Amino acid sequence: MRSKISAFGVHAVLTAYTFLAVAPILLVVMNSFKSRAAIFGAPVAPPSAATFSLIGYNKALGAAHVGWLFFNSIVVTLVSMGFVLLLGAMAAWALTEYKFRGSTLLALFLSIGVMVPIRLGSIAILTMMRNAHLNDTLIALILVYVAQGLPLSIFILSEFVEQIPKDLRDAARCDGVPETRIFFEVIAPLLRPAIATVAVFTIVPIWNDLWFPLILTSSDTTHTITLGVQQFLGQYVTDWNAVLAALSLAIVPVVVIYVIFSRQLIRGVTAGAVK
Amino acid sequence: MATLRIDKLNKAYGDVQVLKDIELAISDGEFVVLVGPSGCGKSTLLRMIAGLDGVTSGDIHIGERRVTNLEPSQRKIAMVFQSYALYPHMNVRKNMTFGLKFSGMKQAEMDRRVAEAARMLRLDQLLERRPRELSGGQRQRVAIGRAIVREPDVFLFDEPLSNLDAALRVSTRVEIAKLHRLLGATMVYVTHDQTEAMTLADRIVVMNQGRVAQVGRPLDLYYTPANLFVAGFIGSPAMNFFDARVEKKGPGSVTLSGMAFKPFELAATSFAPAVGAKIKIGVRPEHLGSPTPTGFQLAGAVELVERLGETSYAYIRGGGETQVVAEIRGRDAPSAGQTVILGAPDRELHLFDEAGERIAAA
Repeated sequence: MRSKISAFGVHAVLTAYTFLAVAPILLVVMNSFKSRAAIFGAPVAPPSAATFSLIGYNKALGAAHVGWLFFNSIVVTLVSMGFVLLLGAMAAWALTEYKFRGSTLLALFLSIGVMVPIRLGSIAILTMMRNAHLNDTLIALILVYVAQGLPLSIFILSEFVEQIPKDLRDAARCDGVPETRIFFEVIAPLLRPAIATVAVFTIVPIWNDLWFPLILTSSDTTHTITLGVQQFLGQYVTDWNAVLAALSLAIVPVVVIYVIFSRQLIRGVTAGAVK
Repeated sequence: MATLRIDKLNKAYGDVQVLKDIELAISDGEFVVLVGPSGCGKSTLLRMIAGLDGVTSGDIHIGERRVTNLEPSQRKIAMVFQSYALYPHMNVRKNMTFGLKFSGMKQAEMDRRVAEAARMLRLDQLLERRPRELSGGQRQRVAIGRAIVREPDVFLFDEPLSNLDAALRVSTRVEIAKLHRLLGATMVYVTHDQTEAMTLADRIVVMNQGRVAQVGRPLDLYYTPANLFVAGFIGSPAMNFFDARVEKKGPGSVTLSGMAFKPFELAATSFAPAVGAKIKIGVRPEHLGSPTPTGFQLAGAVELVERLGETSYAYIRGGGETQVVAEIRGRDAPSAGQTVILGAPDRELHLFDEAGERIAAA
């Protein structure tokens, strides 16, 4: 009986939280399919036959540079993610596997990156990018995001690397597998669930980031979607249809990536390796 | 196939000396088992032979090659791990060929070796399976197969049977013995299980606290243990030890006395310890039987009897509170509370001096 009550309590809390998390997104998506009058008339009502309108999507997709904005966001996010995962996994492996002079110091240095927000260095980053003639390029954004994502990814991946049985590495060494191939063909495949986790953690802040595109990019061709949407928010008039439609579209890639990785998130690949 | 020679091998982690001056020569095709209690350094020694752990000082030769500082892959060894250490994301065939790829071997040769190993280990039907779809015994066979396809000079086994259940352990043990005969390869095998050691080994290396306690053929260790440690380690249940004192040394005999047994005369023309010296007498439980009037003889109360069927173990409290275990064969085992008189013939007595070294009595 008691366990039933506590199970009910747990589910009540989880349901409430789910509602809290999903409701704003639902609100945005619902309203993106409504006419302007309906958005203001009944904000929480779902679109009906009378209020249904695709005008927002027409406007958002009609704007000449929306394609560019999406392209920029996708390029920046995926390239940054790729580097964060590759370099993060390699660093995690190196820091746990090889003990060299300064390895502890290096690990400490990297953990500072977890604790100190990168935005504190915005001005220094801006100056640095200017001096390197990288301002207003996607490369600048990618560099910043790789730096931002690496510390946490190394931190998480190190934990997972620790859990990989040492015998596997030893077996591969006895087998005559070169060290780089041990990493790429034995260790990395076993890190897949961890890498998926880190990928989700890495992507979301990059995709959603407003700050660095704002200070590091200045032309339409380098803006990301999150920044680009702001153009529909005017000082006097805001085109809510376009804003909501663009935001709804912006959610899609993140959801797609999450769906791709969630299978890996759940799957335990190591089963069967070691009794 | 090759010999393996270890000279003055030392290993230290910081201040902790794990292996001390190990000397060992293994001949071509020999099956040598390293055995000892946990922490004795046997696995470390194996890992050093494999090249997985560095050498603090000393040398390792495989055949005529000095391999002390070579990478594992250059030593022509193959190792089988207790945890099997199969690559979980590769099927059985790939597990076996993964290492070969990097040696630049031709596909045809790889296929031939895999086919041969699969036939030997009855893995033919399992080649396309992943490790997680295999039973423990099958996984261990794959791990052995992965070693075989390398055609190494020396096979190294690190407690390969410890993760298997009792029945499978026996059958896999037999398979390893057959395999050794079939391949005629040099094998070094680490275990803490003395049954494995006794049944598999051509020679056993008993290790204790980082040193070699004794090297010898299984039955030599059983009948003439070189010291107290080996005497107590080999044999199950363990040997009984009795404190004794040299009372008298006459021509052709010595008289020994102690709390637990009746003083007796031992026929010996040469006997090193002086009169008054403290020694230990060891008798295996299976050698305690009907007493002879003049030989070693003890009396005690039976406290507990374990009946295993054909044999029973009697736990006896002898004189001076000495705990004695005796193996009794057949149906007429004593029952608890009974007083028994047991003896052992001279040739089954093991004598050790105060330092724990065997006393040669002849």
